[in-house]
Amino acid sequence: MTTLLHIRGIARGINSPLVGRVTRNINKETELSYFLLTPNVDTKTTGHYIGILTSQQYEPTAQSGLPVVYRLATLSHLEEGDIVVVSPEGNVNTLYRIGSRHNTLLLTERCNSNCLMCSQPPKDRDDIPYFVWLYKKLIPMLPKDCRELGLTGGEPMLLGDSFFELLELLKSELPETELHILTNGRLFAKSELAKRYGDLNYRRSMLGIPLYSDYYQIHDHTVQAKGAFTQTVSGLYNLAKYDSRIEIRIVLHQLTIPRLVKLAQYIYKNLPFVEHIAFMGLENMGYARSNFELLWMDPVDYQRELTESVMYLITQGMNVSIYNIQLCLMPEELWPFMRKSISDWKNIYLDECQNCSKLSDCGGLFASSAKGAHSKFIKAFNS
Amino acid sequence: MESLSQKQKEFRAFKSLSNFSTANNANYYLLPFRFAALNTEREVLVNEVGDYLMVPQGTAQRIVERRIKQEEELYADLTANFFISQTPVPPLIDVLATRYRTKKSFLDDFTALHIFVLTLRCEHTCHYCQVSRVTQDKSAFDMSYDHLDKGIELMMQSPNPNVTLEFQGGEPLLAFEKIVYAVRKAESLARQLGKQLNIVICSNLAPLTEDILAFCREHGILLSTSIDGPSNLHNANRKRLGNNSYEMAVKGIERARQVLGEEKVSALMTTASRSLDYPVEIVDEYVKLGFKNIFLRPISPYGFARRNVRKNSYETETFLKFYKRALEHILAYNRQGYHLVEDYASIILRKILTPFPVGYVDLQSPSGLINSVVLFNYNGKIYASDEARMLAEMQDDTFCLGDLNKNSYEDIFYGPKAYEIAQNWSNESLAGCSDCAFQSYCGADPVYHHATQGDMAGYRPDSGFCQKNMEIIRYLLELMDNDQEVLAIFSRWVSNC
Repeated sequence: MTTLLHIRGIARGINSPLVGRVTRNINKETELSYFLLTPNVDTKTTGHYIGILTSQQYEPTAQSGLPVVYRLATLSHLEEGDIVVVSPEGNVNTLYRIGSRHNTLLLTERCNSNCLMCSQPPKDRDDIPYFVWLYKKLIPMLPKDCRELGLTGGEPMLLGDSFFELLELLKSELPETELHILTNGRLFAKSELAKRYGDLNYRRSMLGIPLYSDYYQIHDHTVQAKGAFTQTVSGLYNLAKYDSRIEIRIVLHQLTIPRLVKLAQYIYKNLPFVEHIAFMGLENMGYARSNFELLWMDPVDYQRELTESVMYLITQGMNVSIYNIQLCLMPEELWPFMRKSISDWKNIYLDECQNCSKLSDCGGLFASSAKGAHSKFIKAFNS
Repeated sequence: MESLSQKQKEFRAFKSLSNFSTANNANYYLLPFRFAALNTEREVLVNEVGDYLMVPQGTAQRIVERRIKQEEELYADLTANFFISQTPVPPLIDVLATRYRTKKSFLDDFTALHIFVLTLRCEHTCHYCQVSRVTQDKSAFDMSYDHLDKGIELMMQSPNPNVTLEFQGGEPLLAFEKIVYAVRKAESLARQLGKQLNIVICSNLAPLTEDILAFCREHGILLSTSIDGPSNLHNANRKRLGNNSYEMAVKGIERARQVLGEEKVSALMTTASRSLDYPVEIVDEYVKLGFKNIFLRPISPYGFARRNVRKNSYETETFLKFYKRALEHILAYNRQGYHLVEDYASIILRKILTPFPVGYVDLQSPSGLINSVVLFNYNGKIYASDEARMLAEMQDDTFCLGDLNKNSYEDIFYGPKAYEIAQNWSNESLAGCSDCAFQSYCGADPVYHHATQGDMAGYRPDSGFCQKNMEIIRYLLELMDNDQEVLAIFSRWVSNC
C-alpha cells in the first residue's frame, strides 16, 4: 500500500512554515502545538491549536486569527499524532508518521555525488538552512518511543556543523531510537570529521555507506565522481578508527554485478569491521529510470553472483541482508537473508502476487516498479 | 526555476567509464608482491599483506613487463588487491599499512604462553621423547616451589593482559601438588593484576583421578593429551608398563569430557616413523573418538634427524606424503558433512584467507620464541621454547635465556641472548625467505635451523622446515585453485562458524 505524504490546499494567515502534530480531537487541552484536522470548520472550534487543516471547500469565516489551510483534497492519510509542516503556499507535508517504521528525515537534496541510479536525484539549491530550521523544530516533537529513524539526502554530511547539531539534538531527545544515516561517506576522508562523529559516541547511530565495486574506476563511474572510491574507503577506515557502526550498501545492477563476488571478498579482507552488508535491488526511480538500459538487470540473471557473494560473507561470519528483491526470484538458500525492506509508503505487490502462498514473507516491490519495470519471472508460489 | 532545470540537465550529462580512469598512460607502478609457481599451468601472486591471486603461468612476467592492459579484468584485480597502482604511491596506502599492522598485531602484547616443566618424571617411555625419566627421586627432576614462585612472578610481568600457564613434563600430573600450588598462586596474582589467566595441563592422562578432574573443573583448566592413532600404533609409540597407554588416554578423555566438557579436552598426535604408514587409520581414530580437530604434527628433528641433511630431507618427503594422504581423507570426511579440521592447515589457511593476525608459535614471523612463548625448566633454567629445552636435554644450551635464580625480567627478555636470536627470527630478512611468495604464510624457526644446520639463520635449499612448509602451502593453494568445494571447506575451517 502506498501512502500520500504531500497534499496542497489554500493557506490563510500563514507567513512562514509551521510545524506541528495533527489531531482530530477538538477538545485537546495541551500546551503542545497541534493542528486541528476537521472536515468543517465549526464556529465554536477553540483551543490551543496552531492552525486548522480542513477539506472544507470555502474559506472559513471564523477564528480569524488562526492559520488555516482549506480545500485540502483529503485528510484521511493523517493519523492522530502525525507531524506535518504547513507552508505559506498551502502545502501540507507529512514529516513523521506515527504508525510507520520507515520515518526518514531528508536533510538536503544537495549531493557531492551524482549516482547513475539515484532514486532521488540531487538538486543544486541551498535548502540546508530551511531543513535545519525545520528539523530543529521537529526533533523535540518526535515521540520518545520512536523505534527507528532514518536520515538521508542528498548527502547529509554537506550540512557541516549543522549535521552535528542535529545529531546531538537527536541523541538527547531520542536516546532510545535506532538512527540510520545514509551517506556516501566521502567527507569522512577528512579524519577530523570522522573523529567528531566518533566523539559523539552515538551507539544507536549507524552509517549506511555505499560501495559499488572493489575497483575504483567502476565505483567512481557509478557515482559519477572522480576520487569517490578512495574518499569513501578512506572514510570507512577513519570511521572504523573511532569504532563507528557502519553498514555497507551495494545496489545491484549491470555495473556492479560483474565484480560482485570480488567486492564481497574486498569487504571481508579490507573492511571486516563493518556491522552489516546490504545487497539492494534497483529502485526504478529518478536517474535509474533515465539510465535503465545501462543499469537494469533481471534479478534472476544475477542469482549466481549474489548467492556466491552472500554465502562467502556469511561463511566469514559477516552479517548480510538482501533488500528490495522478491522471494520468487531468488534460490531458497538466500531467503533467510531477504528482508521486507521497502518503505511502507511506496511498497506494492503485483496482481500475480495476490494468490502467492508466501506473500506475507515477501517484501514485495517498489511502487515505481508497477508499470513493467520488474523481473519477468515474478510468479506466485502455490501453497 | 529556469536556472534550476538548466542545472538538472548538467547533472544528467553522465560521463562514461573511461572518464574515471586515473592512469596517465599505459604505464602502471608495481607495489611489493611476490610470486611462485603452483604447478606447470598456474602461479600464485601474493601481496604485502598476504592477499593472493591465482593466475596462469607467466602472469607475473606480463605484469612486470607492463603488458597488462587497462581493459583486462586482471588489471582491475591487480589494482583492487594492491599489486599495481596508477600512481607511484597508491591513494589507499594507509589501508595497506593498517592491514599490515593488523596482520602483525599478534606481536602487540608480547609473551602469552608460559610453559612450566614441572617434572621430568614419567611413567611412559615414549621412544620419541628425549626428556622423561623413570625415577622415584622427586628432588632430582621436579621443579622447586621457589622456582615455581619466581616463574609465576615473571609470567605476571609480561605486558600481555592474557597469559597462559601450561604445565608440561615428564608427566606433570605426577607432581599434582605443585600444579595445585601454582594454580592458586597464579590465580591470586592474576586477580590482583587484572590479567586473564588460561591454564593448560599437557598430560598422557594415565595418572588422572577424580580429584584431579574436580580441581580442573573448579579452575577451568584445559587438558591437552596425546593420541597417536589406533591402539596398536599408539601403544607401540607410547610405551608404558602394561602396554595400555591408549586405553588409559581414551578413558581419560571420556571421563574428562564428562566432567569438564568437550571443549576442555584436546589431543595432539606425533608422527613417529611407524605412523607414516597409517595416515587413514590415524584420521579415522580421531573421528572415532569424536574429535573435531586433528593436528598432523611432523616428526621432531631433535633426535634422529639432527644435523643429518640427507636423512632429514628424506623424512620430510615421507612426512609430506603422509600429510597429503591424511588431509585428503580429512577432506573426504568434510565432504560427507563431518566437520573435521586439520589444525596445521587451518593455521596456514587463516593467514591466506583472512585479514586477521595469526600468532602460532611455531609458524610466525617474528618467530614465537620469546615473543609468544617462554619455558621454565624443572631446574630453573629458562628457554626460548619447548624445542629449545629439548635441545638442552641434548647438552645444547644455545637457547637458554637465563636462570630463575639469577636473572631479572629484563635480562631474560631483552638480554644479549634474546638479541642474538632476534637477528634470525624474521623471515622478512632471512636469505631465501625475503623474496619467497609464501613469506607471509610462513615463519622463521631459529631453533630448528640451529638444531639441523648448526646455524640459527639456516640455509633454505636443504632446510626441512622450508621444504615442509613450502610444499604444504603450495599444496593447500593448489587444492583451493582446483576445487571450489575445497575452498568452501577451508573457508569454514578458518571462520569458526
